[in-house]
Formats: sequence, structure tokens, C-alpha cells
Amino acid sequence: MTDMSINASLGADGLHTSDAAYKRLKARYAREARFKAYGLTAIGFAVLSLVFLLWTIVSNGYTAFLQTSIQMEVFIDPARIEGDSDAEKRTETALRTADWRGMVNSALAERFPNVPRSDRRFLNDMLSQGAGTQVRDAVLANPSLIGQKHTLWLLAHSNIDMLHKGFIDRDGPPAQRPVNDRQLAFYDEFVKQGALVARANTRFLVGANSASPELAGMWVAIVGSFWTLIICLALAFPLGVMTAVWLEEFAPRNKWTDMIEVNINNLAAVPSIVFGLLGLAVFLNFFGMPRSSPLSGGIVLALMSLPVMIIAARASLRAVPPSIRQAAIGLGASKLQAITHHVLPLAMPGILTGTILAMAHALGESAPLMLVGMNAFVVDVPTGPLDAATVLPVQVFRWAGQPERGFVEKTSAAIMILLVFLLFMNAIAIYLRKKFERRW
Amino acid sequence: MSLLLLTLILIAMTVAAYALGRSRAMALGGIGELHSLPSYYGYYAALWCGIPAVMLLLAWLTLQPNIIMALVVGNLPPDVQALPTAELDLVLTEVRNIAFRGMSPRDANPGVIAAAGQLASLQSLANIAMAVVALVVAILGLAYARSRISPTMRARNSVERTVEWILIGCSTIAVLTTAGIVLSLLFEAANFFLRVSPIEFLFGLKWSPQDAIRPDQVGGSSAFGAVPLFTGTLLITLIAMAVAVPVGLLSAVYLADYAPKRVRDVAKPALEVIAGIPTVVFGFFAALTVAPFIRDLGPLVGIEIGAQSALAAGMVMGVMIIPFVSSLADDVINAVPQSLRDGSAGLGATKSETIRLVVLPAALPGIVAAVMLAISKAIGETMIVVMAAGLAANLTLNPFENVTTVTVQIATLLVGDQEFDSPKTLSAFALGLVLFFVTLCLNVIALRVVNKYRERYD
Repeated sequence: MTDMSINASLGADGLHTSDAAYKRLKARYAREARFKAYGLTAIGFAVLSLVFLLWTIVSNGYTAFLQTSIQMEVFIDPARIEGDSDAEKRTETALRTADWRGMVNSALAERFPNVPRSDRRFLNDMLSQGAGTQVRDAVLANPSLIGQKHTLWLLAHSNIDMLHKGFIDRDGPPAQRPVNDRQLAFYDEFVKQGALVARANTRFLVGANSASPELAGMWVAIVGSFWTLIICLALAFPLGVMTAVWLEEFAPRNKWTDMIEVNINNLAAVPSIVFGLLGLAVFLNFFGMPRSSPLSGGIVLALMSLPVMIIAARASLRAVPPSIRQAAIGLGASKLQAITHHVLPLAMPGILTGTILAMAHALGESAPLMLVGMNAFVVDVPTGPLDAATVLPVQVFRWAGQPERGFVEKTSAAIMILLVFLLFMNAIAIYLRKKFERRW
Repeated sequence: MSLLLLTLILIAMTVAAYALGRSRAMALGGIGELHSLPSYYGYYAALWCGIPAVMLLLAWLTLQPNIIMALVVGNLPPDVQALPTAELDLVLTEVRNIAFRGMSPRDANPGVIAAAGQLASLQSLANIAMAVVALVVAILGLAYARSRISPTMRARNSVERTVEWILIGCSTIAVLTTAGIVLSLLFEAANFFLRVSPIEFLFGLKWSPQDAIRPDQVGGSSAFGAVPLFTGTLLITLIAMAVAVPVGLLSAVYLADYAPKRVRDVAKPALEVIAGIPTVVFGFFAALTVAPFIRDLGPLVGIEIGAQSALAAGMVMGVMIIPFVSSLADDVINAVPQSLRDGSAGLGATKSETIRLVVLPAALPGIVAAVMLAISKAIGETMIVVMAAGLAANLTLNPFENVTTVTVQIATLLVGDQEFDSPKTLSAFALGLVLFFVTLCLNVIALRVVNKYRERYD
């Protein structure tokens, strides 16, 4: 109600006509408006925080899907490959240990012939540590390149990459700038020749981890997360559903059942890092399970998400009306038949929704996994649940701790990937709920 | 034979047992003459084939390492056996490395090499024996089940009884987990308290866990006074609550009573998204954006603020907990009966007066419980504080300094390689015990508050 309508309804001859009463009313309405404003501010704060967070992540991270490369013409020098000059007899070991980086550096020197010896180091640092490996891989794929000049895109050093993407202020004080003036000049020359371009970066998704930002990929973490979640799901889903069925359909009301219920509710609120302590003390030290493996990580996550899954499964079992059970039993089904043939299928969409949400939560969990050793620096892609692995959120944590500017971008992009996975899982859960939700 | 292969064979045998049992029952009599449906005879055979073998396998896998190691230790030379436990463990690690990891036995004691050989042979023997015994047990179980199958046998009843026992077994996992947590924490913490007195741990003012490499090392003395960690945790929790409780409560109230549909359509999903974001992302956000922002803000108001401050970690943690508080508050506010609101409105109260004077007091126990659960969540939160709060154990309540928390210390003490007999490592378990105990108390009290003070309106 606005002031005008107040004035209209409380005319001079009304019941509450004193100035004091009018003032009181006005103050009350003002308080009402203030209260509403507080509420809106609170919501606004929450939403703005979220927007700010997502904006920080995306604005820092989207560039990681492009990686700056420099086009180079490298002479694949047989003299730098040890062993027989006859291609037939050249061993793979010789190819692997050849001086590839030397060839890359020569190519750079050829490109900038007038660079004094003292500046060579800066010139060589224009390219990534992995540039030699890139040449090697090209030659391993096509050995006929040996002895020829081959043009290929080599990864730029992370600092050049950052410069190209605009994360480094080229006019900043030289002491705080990771790229010096000589390198700036090289950079400008490369750009002028059109040889320095940001190209799509698949290595970031499907490559192995590395200590250099421009080489780092997250495939190990993705595969590790996959195995860990599989183990977690394989344990938590059957255990959770069976526990829920027993508690909801069979359990007599007694002390033991009460204790189990109190237990489950308390476990749901235990801090996740305590599950890590349990995993470390019991699974690693007592049972001697392999450290850093998706097996131990998955078991810890399973125990952590079990209470949540039990609670969700019980809720959806409870939502199935008793008349369904009574009808089944009335037609001669046993209790177990009534449950397995009728109640469980009807409750399944709800159970699956709860399961997917619990898995999404488990996918984002990092603290307990760090305690069972999943923060290791793993280079080899794990092939099974017993290999050393790391998981996405722990990879994010590891990269966030790296000092190089390039890793800020990579960390943000890894978070984007993680959030996309989470979004996907939640979307499935919402779809299931919408599609199969049934009101009785 | 690898464990995976053995498991696959057992699964295949169980499936075969089902088919066998079913066909056996069909052969003995038509459907009309059997007591149960034929498939129940199949399940009966499958259960008898699978369960004893799997249980034996699990028991075997649990006991095997200890028994083998005991045998190996028994055969070591007497002078090695007489070593203290720690050194004996070193020797045994060496034995294991030679036996399984193919480490070259350079300058090793001949006794150790012999033990490694023995260990390797025992291990392969045990694996073969395990496979043979498990398969024999599976076949015996199947044979027994097959001999029991007859048209008058009550297969369904016995299958259903077994299934119920399996269900009961599953439901004890939750209890076992709790027991495992409590026992492991108590055991390791007791180990710690044998070295450091509980009084020093709970009331000491200095925290600097170190492994003294030499006994006489200068500056290598450890201090295990956890009070700075407790105050640090308290400080960050307070800051987080100062953000989360008002924002969460007001959002819940606004969404429940005021918000137009458009606002609700944006705000509800936004809160759910906040709830779904992994904590490591909040930690990165705090370290990358919020902490530098607060540091740069410091000089403007004339305060020296470091790159890591309790304020940054606490505020971001508060944002993380907002949806938790608001969804719990939403539940309890919605549980207040409509008749109370209608009555209040009928007496002429404005909406905000109804909320402040009627709804919130009626929902108070629930709100108190929600706040306690939020506190317990804040205390147990790890990643944000690890990434944004720092490691220095400052005994301070100044939010602009960097502090450390119980969870940060647990994480840093236990990440990486550790020896399980140093007080430094064990102290993490003592901290874990405190953490577990405090959060448990908060949860139990929250439940009590709800049950005791809940107003019943119908």
C-alpha cells in the first residue's frame, strides 16, 4: 500500500486519526519495505556470488581450449640421430633418444640468424619444453621425414602463450614480467610472419599430466575419476538399496534398528575428511590396499555416499503406497516377491535420481581422496582400478598450487570440465525425476 | 591365478548353478508338482554355490597376508627376529620389495634373501591354494544343493530367508563404518597420547609438529598444543556463519513469502547450483580472487592484510554454506502451519511482522538445529581452508591474519609419505578424533533440540 492510499483510507475523521498513529503505521510499512529489501539483498548476494565465481572461472579458463603454437620448419638431421644412417637398421631407441630439441633450436637459430649467442637462451625459451617431443612423435609416425625439412606447429612456451592471450601486461615493469624485451621482439616478429597462432588444444583433454602448463592434460584425472566412481557406484548402489529395503520393508522396530537409523543419520553428517582418515588407517594400513588407487578411493567414497543413498532410497520406497504391497500379497505373492516385482521397480526412478546426485557429490569430493594418496603426480593413464591415479578435483587442487601463470588458466579450465560433468549428471537426475515422477 | 579371473569363474559357476538347479527341479516334476516356482530352485542352487565360496574367499584374503608374514618372520635368523619392531618392519619391507617388486637384493643379508624367496613361494602357493579351495567349496555347495532339491522342498522359503539375512548384513555396514571410524581414530589417537600428553594437546598454546631427525637437533622440537588450531577453526567458522546464517535465513524467508515467480525461478536453481559446486572450486575462487581482493582492500582502510587471511576463507565458506542453511530453514519455515500466519494477518500484522513475531519464533528450534548443522559443516570443511587459509598456527582472533584449522592440519600432515610411528603423523588422528567428536555432538544436539522444543500444532 502506498502512502497515498494510506492517506485516503485514513482520512481526517477515521478511527486512528492521531498523528502518532499515522506515524506508527508509516514506520510499520517502512519496516516492512526494509525487511523485504533485506531479503532481496540476501538473495542478490547469493546469486551475485555465484555469477562472480562462474565468471572468474570461465574468464580465466576458456582460453585453455586454445594453445599458442609456432609454425617452424625443422630439418630432421640424420646426424643428430644416433646409430646407423641406414633407415632400415635404425632402432627405435635411437629415434627416441635423438637430439630432437637440438634440431628445434637449430631451426630457431636459422629463423633468427642475427641473434647473439647470449640471447639464444631467450630465443630457445620461446618454444615449449615439449617441442622436441613433438618433432620426435612426428618422425616416429612418419620415419621418411628423416633428412628432410618438415614444417610443423610446435607449442609455444607457456609464458608466450599467456602473452598471446593477453594475460601478461607487455608494458609492465620488466622485473615482474616473465617475458623479457628480447622475447617480446621475437614474439612480434613471429606474429608479423603469421607463424604464431592460437590453435585448438586437444592435448589438454586427452593428454597426460605435465609439470609445464602448456603440456598439461587431464586425461589421467578423467580416467581416474571414472574408475573411482565405478567402484563407488558398484559398492554403494547395491549396499544402499538393500539396506534401504531392509529398513523400510522388513526391519522390526527394536533397539538394533533404531541404532542403525541413528548411525546412518550421523554418518551422513560426518565431515568427509574423517572418511579419509578411516580409509588411510583401515584400508591402506590394515588391509594393505594399494595407495593412490581408484579401488581405495572408490571404497572411501562409497562409505561416504552410502548414508546419503540409503536416505534417498528409503524416501522413494516410502513414497510407494502400501496398497501396492497389499494388492501383491493379496494375490499370493510373498513379501519379497511383492518388493522385487512391484515396489522396487516403482521406486527405482527415485532411487536412481538419489544415486546420481550422490555420485555427482562424490565426483566433486577431494579431501578424503587426498588422504588415501590420490594426490600423486601420475603420468601414466590408469588401465584399471588398481593402478595409481588421480581424480578431477584433486587435479584441480594440484594445479591451483602451481606458481606458473599458465596453470591459473589450466586450473580454471579443469574446473569448467568438472562442472560440465556435474551439470550433465544433474541434468540426467532432473530428467529422470521429471519423466518418471508419479504422484499416487 | 589372478583374483579377477577367480571372481569371474565364480560368477560363471553361480549362473550355471542357477540353470542346473532350475532344470533339476523341472526334471523332477512338472510345475504343478513343485512346491515353489522352478526359478527358486535355481536361486537356491546359486546361493549355495556362490555364498560359501565368496565368504571363504573374503576370509582368506583378510587372513592370508598376516599368516604368511608370521611364517616368514618365524624363519628369519634369530638375530633379525630379535630386532625392535620398527627395524623389523624395515627388514620386512625389504623382503617384500625383493619378493614382489623385483628389486635387486644388493648387499642384503642372506637371511633376508632366503626370506624373500620363501615369501614369494608361499605367496604363489597360497594363491593357488585359495583358488582351488574356493572352487572346491563352490562345487561342493552346488552338489549339496542339487542333492537337496526335490518336489516337496520349500525352495522359496529358504531362498527368501537367505535374502533377508543378506539384507540384514548390508544394513550392518553403516554400523561397521561408524565402528571402523571410531576404532581407528581411537587406536591411532591413543598411540599419539602415549607420546604426547592429552593435557598438552588440548590446552597447549603452540603448534609446530615436526619430526626430529636427530635427537639433539636444534629447532627440531615439536609442540603439539592444539589451541591455535581450535581458535583458527572457531574464527573461520564464525566468519562463515556471519555470512551464511543471515543470508541463508533471509533468502529462505524471502523466497517463501515475498519472491515473485520470476525471482524464485532464478534464485532457487542458483542456490542449488551453489550447493552442487565442489568445495575445491570455492577454494580456488577464494585463493585466486577473494583473498587478493581483500589484501588490496586492506591498505585503503589502513590495515595490513596478508595474501592469506581468515576473512577470505571464512567468507567464501559462508557463501558455500548459504544453500545449506536456506534449504534447511525453508523446510522448517514451511512446517509452520498456515493457520498461524492467517491468524497473525487477521490481527492486522504486516507480512514482516508475521514472519518476525510469529513464524520465526515458531520455527526457532528448527532454525537453531539448522545453524548447528551448518556449524558442523563449516568445522569439517577442508578444501577451502587448505587453499585459502594458510598453514601458520597463529593464536589470534584477528580475521585479517592467516590462521590454520584442524582440517588443514589433518590434510597437510597426512598427504604425502608418512611414517606411522611418528607423533607428527599420529597427531592428525588425534585431531580427527576431536573433529569427529565435535561434529557428532553438534549433530546429536541439533536432533535433540528439534525433538525437544518442537511445537506441535495439531
